[in-house]
Amino acid sequence: MAQVTLNKVVKKFDQTEAVRGIDLDIADQEFVVLVGPSGCGKSTTLRMIAGLEETTAGEIVIGGQIVNDLPPKDRDIAMVFQNYALYPHMTVFENMSFGLRLKKFPKAEIKQRVERAARILDITELLQRRPRQLSGGQRQRVAMGRAIVRNPKVFLFDEPLSNLDAKLRVQMRTEIKKVHQQVRTTTVYVTHDQVEAMTLADRVVVMNGGLIEQIGTPHELYHTPKTRFVAGFIGSPAMNFLPCRLVEHSGALSAQMGGGLTLPVPAERSATYRSYLNRDLIFGIRPEHVTETRSYGAGAEFTMPVDVVEPMGMETMIYFVVDGAEVCARVSPEAALQPGERMRFMADMRHMHLIDPENDGVIEVPASARVNGAATAA
Amino acid sequence: MTAVTADTASIVKGGSLRRSRRWALITSYVCLGLFAIFFLTPPFYALVTATKSTEEISNQNTSPWLPSMSPTLSNIETLWTQTDFPIYLRNSAVVTVCVVAITMVIAVPAAFSLGRMKFWGSGVLATGVFLTYLVPDTLLFLPLFKVVGSFGLLNSYWGLVLVYPTLTVPFCTWIMIGYFQSIPKELDEAALIDGANHLQMLFKIFIPVALPGLIAATIFAFTACWAEFVYPMAFIFTSSQQVLTAGTITTLVKADVYQWGMIMTAQLIAAMPPLILYAFLMDYYIAGLTAGATKG
Repeated sequence: MAQVTLNKVVKKFDQTEAVRGIDLDIADQEFVVLVGPSGCGKSTTLRMIAGLEETTAGEIVIGGQIVNDLPPKDRDIAMVFQNYALYPHMTVFENMSFGLRLKKFPKAEIKQRVERAARILDITELLQRRPRQLSGGQRQRVAMGRAIVRNPKVFLFDEPLSNLDAKLRVQMRTEIKKVHQQVRTTTVYVTHDQVEAMTLADRVVVMNGGLIEQIGTPHELYHTPKTRFVAGFIGSPAMNFLPCRLVEHSGALSAQMGGGLTLPVPAERSATYRSYLNRDLIFGIRPEHVTETRSYGAGAEFTMPVDVVEPMGMETMIYFVVDGAEVCARVSPEAALQPGERMRFMADMRHMHLIDPENDGVIEVPASARVNGAATAA
Repeated sequence: MTAVTADTASIVKGGSLRRSRRWALITSYVCLGLFAIFFLTPPFYALVTATKSTEEISNQNTSPWLPSMSPTLSNIETLWTQTDFPIYLRNSAVVTVCVVAITMVIAVPAAFSLGRMKFWGSGVLATGVFLTYLVPDTLLFLPLFKVVGSFGLLNSYWGLVLVYPTLTVPFCTWIMIGYFQSIPKELDEAALIDGANHLQMLFKIFIPVALPGLIAATIFAFTACWAEFVYPMAFIFTSSQQVLTAGTITTLVKADVYQWGMIMTAQLIAAMPPLILYAFLMDYYIAGLTAGATKG
């Protein structure tokens, strides 16, 4: 069993509070990704789990044992660093076996463990090379191999793919997922890249300003974000936000944006939103829910002059301006018009979000009022 | 924009870039040549003089810069057989080897703890170490005379083994601090997680990784001991305990009589060990010094 539990964990550096009392339960064999912008406290949290930073307050429990006062070596964890941290004077084999040799494991077992890890990572032919003779991707594999051979209770990854180029990053991301499927060790992974977080995690922990904003499966975070920060952070391109006012016309609610744009609120959400009537709110909708008009599907239609066109190949991003705020729409390449032309758009309001600017919270909608995809996730 | 493009085009067309590069190269070679002449003149003069007999050296009619018409090895023979030069050489070797060993034993752990294990006052202490190096030996030899005397080590080369580290330890520690600090901190964190204690980290990770710095420090300590003049001059009075630098002068200069041939020979022989050491370890030395310089 290797559950990891954080109870009210705080970390202060002099007067600055980097982590401000977080609670987190990570199940055995779970892959949890801590994600957030720089300085949100995600790396500090990971380093506290590793024992590389002392906790100012709170408790860290690994496999049922409080580890606050244990040095890293006694926590039975393995860590993969951003810049690999391979020992430059040792061969790949020596790098991977260093921990086992310090623990005086029998030679035969060391050899067996290293060879097994090398097979998993496909680096068997590199075992006699030194780190400087390896490419970035190979070095990262060795760093992972060094973690695997130890057979630890928990794997900790500190932005392991940040130093790789875009293509290799995607490839290594798949590798990491594959390795986790084979080894099934509890994993805590830190990244600032939300795509990495979404693709790898069983559950994602979104952090901001030393606090946890939301914990959930990638699906939950994407479809039912709890705060404006999570709504804006998860998803690329980011969710569109427009200031709006909730108004009522002959019994039906609609969101009135600046610039004369008014979009109807789906009837099934009226009950939830009615208490916010005539209040200034923030309307949020993802780019893929603002498209060209289509013969199928339902949506609120409107016309806007095209500002910027970004062709991506399989789809095209079209930007237009509503009362000074830029809005991104995801349209099919055939439907895209040129900048300056007036284009007819359609917003799928079943995926809309309303945010209360007083607490930056997304107004929660009951599962029954959401479309299928989101409802099943909740 | 257009003007710049046109200028560049004309430069390329006229080959001006190539020409200016050629001039830069010529200037570099001229400067390097002047430097070489400046630094190689003394050894050349020593070599020329060392191969001449006393009569030839004192002959006013021949130029002292020209090589001998009948080169002789009599100087080296006399030096080796009729003076205490071999004893000086042996004493110098013993003192230098001992001091280099002592220096490394003290400087490496000191630099490791000052450079990597952040503790209260480590920064001030590191600067303090360097400041002690700035106190010249000409200022220290008087108080150290008392210290060496109180240990009963006056007129013994073991006294030199005691005091030379005051010169070598601070500087070597300083070089090593810079070198250790240039090693990324993830490396010790990885070692910590792998289960290494501080001693294992030092011996299994830091010393092998910082080997160029270690070699630079060793070369410095070696050269400083080998060439030290003030301390042996002050602390040693008898030939049997004397080292090369002071011994050569006290033996071969009697009042106003200078045995130039033998002085130059002794000087050339004395220059050999550092020269050989440099030749073999030059690349490491430069790598070590630059790492220390940029990160210190």
